[in-house]
Amino acid sequence: MSEASLYFIQQLVNGLTIGSTYALIAIGYTMVYGIIGMINFAHGEIYMIGAYTALIAITGLATLGVSWLPLILIVALVCAVIVSSAMGWAVERAAYRPVRGRHRLIPLISAIGMSIFLQNYVHLAQGSRNIGFPLMIQGGFDFGGDDTFRGSISYMQMTIFVTTLICMTALSLFISRSRIGRACRAVSQDLGMANLLGIDTNRIIAATFVIGAALAAVAGLLLGMYYGSIDPLFGFIAGLKAFTAAVLGGIGSIPGAMLGGLILGVSESMTSGYISGAYKDVVSFGLLILILLFKPTGLLGKPEVEKI
Amino acid sequence: MIANNLKHALFCAVITLVISYPILGFNLVARGVDITLTGADATTLVMVALAALIVFGFQLFRDRIVGTITDITRPGFGTHKEPMEENRRARIESWVLTGILVLALFWPFFVSRGSVDLATLVLIYIMLALGLNVVVGLAGLLDLGYVAFYAVGAYTFALLSEYLGVSFWMALPIGALLAALFGLLLGFPVLRLRGDYLAIVTLGFGEIIRILLNNMTNLTGGPNGIGGIPEPTLFGMEFGRRVKEEGNTSFHETFGIAYSSEHKVIFLYLIALVLAVITALVIRRLMRMPVGRAWEALREDEIAAKSLGLSRTAVKLSAFTIGAFFAGFAGTVFASKQGFISPESFVFLESAIILAIVVLGGMGSQMGVILAAIAVTILPELAREFSEYRMLIFGAAMVLMMVWRPQGLMPMRRIHIELKKQE
Repeated sequence: MSEASLYFIQQLVNGLTIGSTYALIAIGYTMVYGIIGMINFAHGEIYMIGAYTALIAITGLATLGVSWLPLILIVALVCAVIVSSAMGWAVERAAYRPVRGRHRLIPLISAIGMSIFLQNYVHLAQGSRNIGFPLMIQGGFDFGGDDTFRGSISYMQMTIFVTTLICMTALSLFISRSRIGRACRAVSQDLGMANLLGIDTNRIIAATFVIGAALAAVAGLLLGMYYGSIDPLFGFIAGLKAFTAAVLGGIGSIPGAMLGGLILGVSESMTSGYISGAYKDVVSFGLLILILLFKPTGLLGKPEVEKI
Repeated sequence: MIANNLKHALFCAVITLVISYPILGFNLVARGVDITLTGADATTLVMVALAALIVFGFQLFRDRIVGTITDITRPGFGTHKEPMEENRRARIESWVLTGILVLALFWPFFVSRGSVDLATLVLIYIMLALGLNVVVGLAGLLDLGYVAFYAVGAYTFALLSEYLGVSFWMALPIGALLAALFGLLLGFPVLRLRGDYLAIVTLGFGEIIRILLNNMTNLTGGPNGIGGIPEPTLFGMEFGRRVKEEGNTSFHETFGIAYSSEHKVIFLYLIALVLAVITALVIRRLMRMPVGRAWEALREDEIAAKSLGLSRTAVKLSAFTIGAFFAGFAGTVFASKQGFISPESFVFLESAIILAIVVLGGMGSQMGVILAAIAVTILPELAREFSEYRMLIFGAAMVLMMVWRPQGLMPMRRIHIELKKQE
């Protein structure tokens, strides 16, 4: 293979890696939007808290002398998921439920307030400096190239793919087969009617926040390990990116979030690969603006009918 | 009932522990490459336990507590207002305001330089908040990238003075108009969007502007910013010790007084004061003009407003442009006050602070917004030891305001007559 095409494939792999984690975070946005029609601005912070919890768990286990890698990863994952889910539940309860059903701006401002609050909560507790995440999964294999340029997939990237795939499959099964999943779909179609039919809508809404937060925590652990450092502000940009992914795929649609995440990740890594890394955020925000202007329903979204 | 509450309260307490203990109870300390984990001190742990206990108690007696609060805050039925009472109040208010303004004019001559400097900053925030109040409070368009227009104003002045040697007074209208033009250009495509999408797009726009400023190093200096921005002059009189530009005279020589660096600070304060007053008055006028009424009509009910023949785009665009205009104003003053600007000053957090001011003061209410701007800027300075908690408190205050008092601390009032209640 020529060097140019190898380079392209390398960028594609990098993009799909990042993109699949964006997709994990985007699901939290899209599920919440699909059900109560609000942008959960604090979702990026929940992802950040997941990453912090995972790092705390990893460091704690290392202090205790545990060195078996799978055990460390599983414990970190479980801790991150528990804390993030609890956070998601608490945020919904404290900041969103009391303002549900009011004018559209009110839940949004409440969510922005929550996002600022959580950022500074972690900032005060853990300091504002970025902290290095230990590299635990190292190595990789080459898929081609010579000494000048070598295309490779690292084991970390493969871990990210596999984990994301498992999470997505589990989520799809959960939504399509389980009782709560069916209730989720019913509530997103018509909240009032679902309520009349005996579904505890409050509980279902809380459940969507918890599911979204749990997936964000998984993404937090994965991206923390992939990037190798975390700080209290890194959830904000990631949250915006994930929101872009959700909008790109059509907000409210779960397959859309997955597709949107992958497209966004690839377009970002192509920008940093071929133009400049400094402009990759410009590309994703520009993409967001263009989609909202020309196709607000996204790729797989349903058009929204304005009811009078 | 109590058993049910008990279960729920226990659950909430456990959740509180889960979300606070891991984050607060352990501190990650980086030593070189290694990270170690240290347990937090006893006070933090006691606080965490206390928080869980408070949540438990609150949830257990939730019904009673909430009931008491609503009883206290519910307005009494016996009080009915005299007709026209509001008008009398408005008249007294305007006298009080004039008094405060006169005080504000003479006040800087008697206080320290630091407080005048702070007051100038407060006035800049007042301008910004009043401008954003038009967009968010009156027109109901949530603009999360407002700081971008502020940046446009500031950078216009900085670039014009650096490359063309334009003075403050020339740059002031240019900066404001350019910011307004940006508002118009951005607003044109964006304002078709629904409320929450608009918020995200403006946020993205704000970030794009900041990233561009950061990366166009040969024009804007990138992260290093632009320095040496000149101070304003008074009819060609400079406030420095020596005259920098030919043709200008210096203030202290013209009036034959000793040079003092305070003159400059006070002069800048007065400029900011005048501009803030102009901003407040212009917006106050606009609010009572048809366009102002149209903003509010559109905010309250878009479909009804459209069916009455209001052009949605034109009305929204006017609010957006006017808001951006005043942000450009404030940006020019800010650049002149600092003498140095960099993209650091125009991050999203700044937008969030301005939004917090508008929300806390009461969306739409000018008095409320001005008071909130003063409080939000001065309180952290007064309580320095709490200043690191500033943003934490802002965030919490925004949530609490939305939950309990979405109309703000001083809600907007229109002059109106209340009819007596029928028995």
